[in-house]
Amino acid sequence: MKRFTQLIRELETSNKTNDKIAALISYFTEAADPDKPYVIAMFTGKRPRRPVNTALIRLWATELARIPDWLFAESYHSVGDLSETIALVLPPPTRLSNRPLHEWIQDLQALHLQTEAEKKQFILSAWDSLDTQERFIFNKLISGNFRIGVSAKMLVNALARQSGTESSKIMHSIMGKWEPSAINFAELTSGAHVNTDNSWPYPFCLAYALENAPEALGSPGEWQAEWKWDGIRGQIIKRNGELFIWSRGEELVTAQFPELHFLAAELPDGTVLDGEILSIKDGNVQAFSILQQRLNRKTISKAQLLSAPVGFYSYDLLEYAGADLRSETLTYRRSVLEQVTGQLKTKGIVIPSPVVAFGNWEELAMLRESARQLNSEGIMLKKLDSLYHAGRNRGDWWKWKINPYTVDTVMIYAQKGSGRRAGYYTDYTFAVRDGDQLITVAKAYSGLTDKEIKEVNSFVLKNAVEKFGPVRTVKPELVFEIAFEGIAESKRHKAGLALRFPRIARWRKDKKADEINTLDDLRQLLHSTL
Amino acid sequence: MALISFTNKGIYCRQGGFYIDPWQPVDLAVTTHGHSDHVRWGNKAYLCHELTRSVIEQRLGEDLHIETLPYNKAVGINGVKVSFFPAGHVIGSAQVRLEYKGEVCVVSGDYKTEDDGVSTAFEPVKCHTFVSESTFGLPIYKWQPQHVIMDNIRDWISRNRDQQKTSVLIAYSLGKAQRLISGLSGYGEFYTHASIENLNRRFRNAGVMLPETTMINPEIKKEALQQGIVIVPPALADSRWIKNLIQPATGICSGWMQVRAGRRWRSADAGFALSDHADWPGLLGAIRATEAEQVYVTHGYTSVFSRYLNESGIKAQEVKTRYGQEEEEQEVLP
Repeated sequence: MKRFTQLIRELETSNKTNDKIAALISYFTEAADPDKPYVIAMFTGKRPRRPVNTALIRLWATELARIPDWLFAESYHSVGDLSETIALVLPPPTRLSNRPLHEWIQDLQALHLQTEAEKKQFILSAWDSLDTQERFIFNKLISGNFRIGVSAKMLVNALARQSGTESSKIMHSIMGKWEPSAINFAELTSGAHVNTDNSWPYPFCLAYALENAPEALGSPGEWQAEWKWDGIRGQIIKRNGELFIWSRGEELVTAQFPELHFLAAELPDGTVLDGEILSIKDGNVQAFSILQQRLNRKTISKAQLLSAPVGFYSYDLLEYAGADLRSETLTYRRSVLEQVTGQLKTKGIVIPSPVVAFGNWEELAMLRESARQLNSEGIMLKKLDSLYHAGRNRGDWWKWKINPYTVDTVMIYAQKGSGRRAGYYTDYTFAVRDGDQLITVAKAYSGLTDKEIKEVNSFVLKNAVEKFGPVRTVKPELVFEIAFEGIAESKRHKAGLALRFPRIARWRKDKKADEINTLDDLRQLLHSTL
Repeated sequence: MALISFTNKGIYCRQGGFYIDPWQPVDLAVTTHGHSDHVRWGNKAYLCHELTRSVIEQRLGEDLHIETLPYNKAVGINGVKVSFFPAGHVIGSAQVRLEYKGEVCVVSGDYKTEDDGVSTAFEPVKCHTFVSESTFGLPIYKWQPQHVIMDNIRDWISRNRDQQKTSVLIAYSLGKAQRLISGLSGYGEFYTHASIENLNRRFRNAGVMLPETTMINPEIKKEALQQGIVIVPPALADSRWIKNLIQPATGICSGWMQVRAGRRWRSADAGFALSDHADWPGLLGAIRATEAEQVYVTHGYTSVFSRYLNESGIKAQEVKTRYGQEEEEQEVLP
């Protein structure tokens, strides 16, 4: 537990990725072997069922701290994290223990079979033997929810460097099926339980944003234009009978998309496709908000499969018949891609992303304006003779996005942030005008500098009109321009519509609250997009 | 009739005809300590502890009318007996005790109950009415003993040295800076920012024993700073000057560092919960020790803290003041 506590402290005392990776490497070098698989499980979201519910933990902590519940609630509100609040309000421990992490976790799992009184005794005695920092960690172990600024990717990079293994193999290995109690660290990093040779992906080729007019790119004849899709960029790999789907975040997401599993039977071995995972219904790409219902779920209901069916628009072919095609030209790769997808027996789910035909740049600019009607974000431009680069390479691939929509709104509610922003009013709700009323249309958290946040914070403190729990109603005075990517009908919102990916574009200090947009303006926009 | 009232100029003693820590210009400002939210410019006369005089002169100018009074000595103002008792907050900080016709009131300004080794240690004073701050008036704020925190800071400095990093401590010029210098004495050369050094000089001239420090100046080599301990006020925390040091590692010393969110918000490399304000047990202990019948809660978690006092059988009321603007108090707004 002590070594793990040290790791957490080190992860928290730096905000530089390199320092965090160094801390992880030294942890995996020094820590006791049986602890390590548990830590990997924890950081990759393999969450065991929680043995004691939150309400009980909180009740026991308030009892032990001898404070009224409302005071605990105030404290929690100020801290922004339940595990931490409990760790801080408890009286100091009377004895100290030094048990290994995996024993604590195993004991917590064993609590499932015990009575409430036994659970309470165990938790109270644990609190009494741990210092504040260890208690915080222990509480996190109970909840199993450990967000500590370590992404799966960062963890994988650290493990790769520590063990000298390729990072894609580690990712495959830890994404596979395993139980921390039944595997040792060496087996886990070597991927003994899976065949990592089959799954390794290629680095994605990425595009730069086109900031100037496309005329500067030269002759239109040298370029291929495609729609820029807004889904999950993915790589589909079929090798030795096994199918893998990787997301650009370097995560294995195979299980999330059963619609694509037919590829295991239909794609020839030694094939790797690059493309976009999208929700496609009746041949049309649906808005990202619909695909979103499908993401990061453990189980997918029949209704979700019906309302948000998934397909794959393929951009590129990276491997065919086991051969790496990345140094072939786009023209060649595209022609083989069309063959490969054309041979699939299941039609309409995995298809090449359509090429946009255009004669000159003006024509393409016009077509780009219609992107939104297809739920596309704009145009991708790829040089016909371009190779498939690893990562970003200026010059061959460009994304030419349409500008976001914007709306001028007024802030009417503010709430304190959590995590890094606890203590400051950082979460705002914005409204537009509807007759003489203000109707909320968006909530946004980001887009302001720390200095502006402080400024808004002091405005909220001075202009709070009403309290609803943590929410403050403020005088409708501050005008913000909200940028958003799309608009949809919504029964859940009073406005009858919802904005997609709203964020603060700028603080319009030059505008007054009576100059904001109206709900009718947004309704018009909604109808124009349907 | 009550000894004090809360007016739009500050805490007023009608019987004595003076104000305590007023925020608008008055004839006589009885001053608890030298932080800018407690002593403001423009008063005709100031009455404070002799060490606070050094701070006022440094910050507001030399040509002011300042009377001083040592701790535990009384002076009569229009029949009101006024005396100072140590508040333990920063060097020279005082609780103001007022006595008139057997009625005693104590205005504590800012205080902490742990002896920090440089400020004169807090002394509880029995009274009928007590005015208390509540900057850290939540049960999540329980400080570790100072020696434990200093050990942690020393460990951090030593790790920085192993990794060829420059240790930069971010600390308030008045209070925290002197505490660090005294608590870390002998652990390396101190390089202090001018705002800290100006106060140090005045304190030394007034007879306070402080370890040797060097004011930061362009002549000092970065390699020397890398070996030493650099102390700068919070205003410089994100400055280019720090970024240009050799592998700077910043450590913020503030009570707000008790909470992880506080540490992350400030994006420092390390946070040490070293505070010049009383923690939760400190506040409660101090208030109980006064045996006061009425407590006024000024700045901080005023509503939460006064509600808790009332529920615990201590009559308390929150009052709006303009205190709580000092650097440490500003950190997280209630």
